[in-house]
Amino acid sequence: MAEFQSYTMNFGPQHPAAHGVLRLVLEMDGEVVMRADPHIGLLHRATEKLAESKPYNQSIGYMDRLDYVSMMANEHGYVLAIEKLLGIEPPPRALYIRVMFDEITRILNHLLWLGCHGLDVGAMTIFLYCFRERENLMDCYEAVSGTRMHATYYRPGGVYRDLPERMPRHLAQPDANRVSGRDKAMDEGRDGSLLDFIEHFTRRFPGHVDEYETLLTENRIWKQRTVGISVVSPERALNLGFTGPMLRGSGVEWDLRKKQPYAAYADVDFDIPVGVNGDCYDRYLVRVEELRQSNRIIRQCVDWLRANPGPVMVDDYKLAPPKREEMKEKMESLIHHFKLFTEGYCVPEGEAYAAVEHPKGEFGVYLVSDGANKPFRVKIRAPGFAHMAAMDEMVRGHMLADVVATIGTMDVVFGEIDR
Amino acid sequence: MAELLANWLDFLPPEAIGALIDLVAIVAVTVVVILCVAYATYLERKVIGFMQLRQGPNRVGFRGLLQPFADVLKLLVKEIVIPGRANRWLFLTAPVLALVPALAAWAVVPLFPGFAVADLNAGLLYLLAMTSLGIYGIILAGWASNSKYALLGAMRSAAQMVAYEIAMGFALVGVLMAAGSLNLGVIVEKQAGGVGNWFILPLLPLFLVYFISGIAETNRAPFDVAEGESEIVAGFHVEYGGATFAMFFLAEYANMILIATLTAVLFLGGWDSPFAGLIDRQWPVVGILAAPGLFWLAAKTFLFLFVFLWLRATFPRYRYDQIMRLGWKVFIPVTLVWIGVEAVLSVLDIGPFK
Repeated sequence: MAEFQSYTMNFGPQHPAAHGVLRLVLEMDGEVVMRADPHIGLLHRATEKLAESKPYNQSIGYMDRLDYVSMMANEHGYVLAIEKLLGIEPPPRALYIRVMFDEITRILNHLLWLGCHGLDVGAMTIFLYCFRERENLMDCYEAVSGTRMHATYYRPGGVYRDLPERMPRHLAQPDANRVSGRDKAMDEGRDGSLLDFIEHFTRRFPGHVDEYETLLTENRIWKQRTVGISVVSPERALNLGFTGPMLRGSGVEWDLRKKQPYAAYADVDFDIPVGVNGDCYDRYLVRVEELRQSNRIIRQCVDWLRANPGPVMVDDYKLAPPKREEMKEKMESLIHHFKLFTEGYCVPEGEAYAAVEHPKGEFGVYLVSDGANKPFRVKIRAPGFAHMAAMDEMVRGHMLADVVATIGTMDVVFGEIDR
Repeated sequence: MAELLANWLDFLPPEAIGALIDLVAIVAVTVVVILCVAYATYLERKVIGFMQLRQGPNRVGFRGLLQPFADVLKLLVKEIVIPGRANRWLFLTAPVLALVPALAAWAVVPLFPGFAVADLNAGLLYLLAMTSLGIYGIILAGWASNSKYALLGAMRSAAQMVAYEIAMGFALVGVLMAAGSLNLGVIVEKQAGGVGNWFILPLLPLFLVYFISGIAETNRAPFDVAEGESEIVAGFHVEYGGATFAMFFLAEYANMILIATLTAVLFLGGWDSPFAGLIDRQWPVVGILAAPGLFWLAAKTFLFLFVFLWLRATFPRYRYDQIMRLGWKVFIPVTLVWIGVEAVLSVLDIGPFK
């Protein structure tokens, strides 16, 4: 009988490729992985339980912190579930704003993924290229919500406020004589409104995607490291509960934005990229194409939002805070404001599941209400959790370096997996 | 200068004077190499910084020029932590074993006409021996650290070194056949007379193999699997810190500069001017461009060093088995074929192979 010699290796949680706090116990035979055992829970913050102890609106901020690289997409799932329970529909302008920011979020997420995946496989420069564009989109977040990441911008019934008329600038007073060219470049496209800036971004972004692709797509080393690595067949992908680019990379054309349209996705035009072989390279191509498609959607939203001004929040003071001016004059408005921000609102008894096409897959929120102002139960379906569960199957028989590529291709973020 | 020193010390026996002159040369070359290493790190951070839309170090001294010294100071005053159950003696010996050959190899490198610390007739062999010895430091470091990551790094490095040492050796055989000598000074002199005489043209495949093998041998990206940041954290030196780490760092960069210099010496005519055949030395002003000297060697070395950094900023990392495949199945056959071609050409008296 052949002698079987293996050793176990602790991969993470303190590991540069652990993407946060992943701990893998690897059973290795030399460089080859015999078995991978992912350990989770190191970033568990009891989000679901926390949400059950607070009025509905006060948990929106926790959703940002689930998958902390696609903040507004998480909010969208949660807000959609509340809206389903309440039986309300936000005004169309709010829906378009949501679609636009969902896609901005998708680009934010995919850029971070692309940079980190590149870094995992050893390509350093792509990371900083991606972060250059991320910075612009973070500024868009900041312009609408006042914060770069954890926006808390979506609210049940619409969005917190309308898009700003003026895009914030880096330089307070652009003085041509005193400012260097580099500083002026930072303010490029920021002369007009937020929509002008976003449009400016969408015009140059395809060129940036081309830049990333020049570095990686046809690169022999990149292909050697990703083609044929962690292949998942369409059947297995479905059985493992894959969603999003992980599922589409395996060739299953499934996208909630098309199959169960929510917000304004039924009215915008875009394509769903689908992979063929289900390996890391296909998932890479799918996500890069999604960057381009998201850009296309954003462009359409910008045009629609330009042409269609209107309210961005339902006209119901039980759900939406009244205007500040009204609060100064009307007793009723003051009471509404006070009640909304202390007690919140009561939601009719019932249950609802709402899912959005999150950049990583299907992000769903299941809410059970007992009629109180707090949810009775919140269950979050995080896409990364199902992907992480397939770790062993995906890396078995591959080498240690492929484990890193696989973690990269899964696009894991521990905020949502551990919740 | 050597004569000046000899006159001044004429009361000593001639052997002692010779030894003293050698000592001065050794110290001078070592100090220069170490200074070059310091600024190679600065260069690396600046060049990669600009490629990645960053500034690079710019806080310590004018435009960050004192950064290398700040780093050295930091590393020297840090505590050396020896991991539990590590082999203490080997753990501390390994960095020395890595550094010494990296510096010793510089002994035979001809820096400018008529100068090398040791003008060995078997210079090429000595170089092969010295560059191969460095691996012992890495293997011992990986083994003595008592860490699986370090051990994996050491194993990877050892396998890689064996594969690429052979390709490198064969590439050197090609140079040896073209020059007809193992003496590096003679090899450079054979290439004198401008670009047309440099070995890079007739030995182009060997040049490519040599340079790429050199990158692999120094464990630089895209062949940096031995320390593969994102896979095995830092590989063989994962447990090292402070001065011990500084020695590995020094060795890596000294090797990097050495490979760049050797590529220039072996294939690009070393100190020879690229304009040697085009411009007459007697012409006013521009004539100086045709003069051989340290400057040309430094310029060529800088060029290759830049390529090292450029590659690092551009490429993803190879996987361990892919590196092996490239080494064994591509480079070694290429060198063997070209050596055969060279042999045929030299029998037929074609080109520089006479």
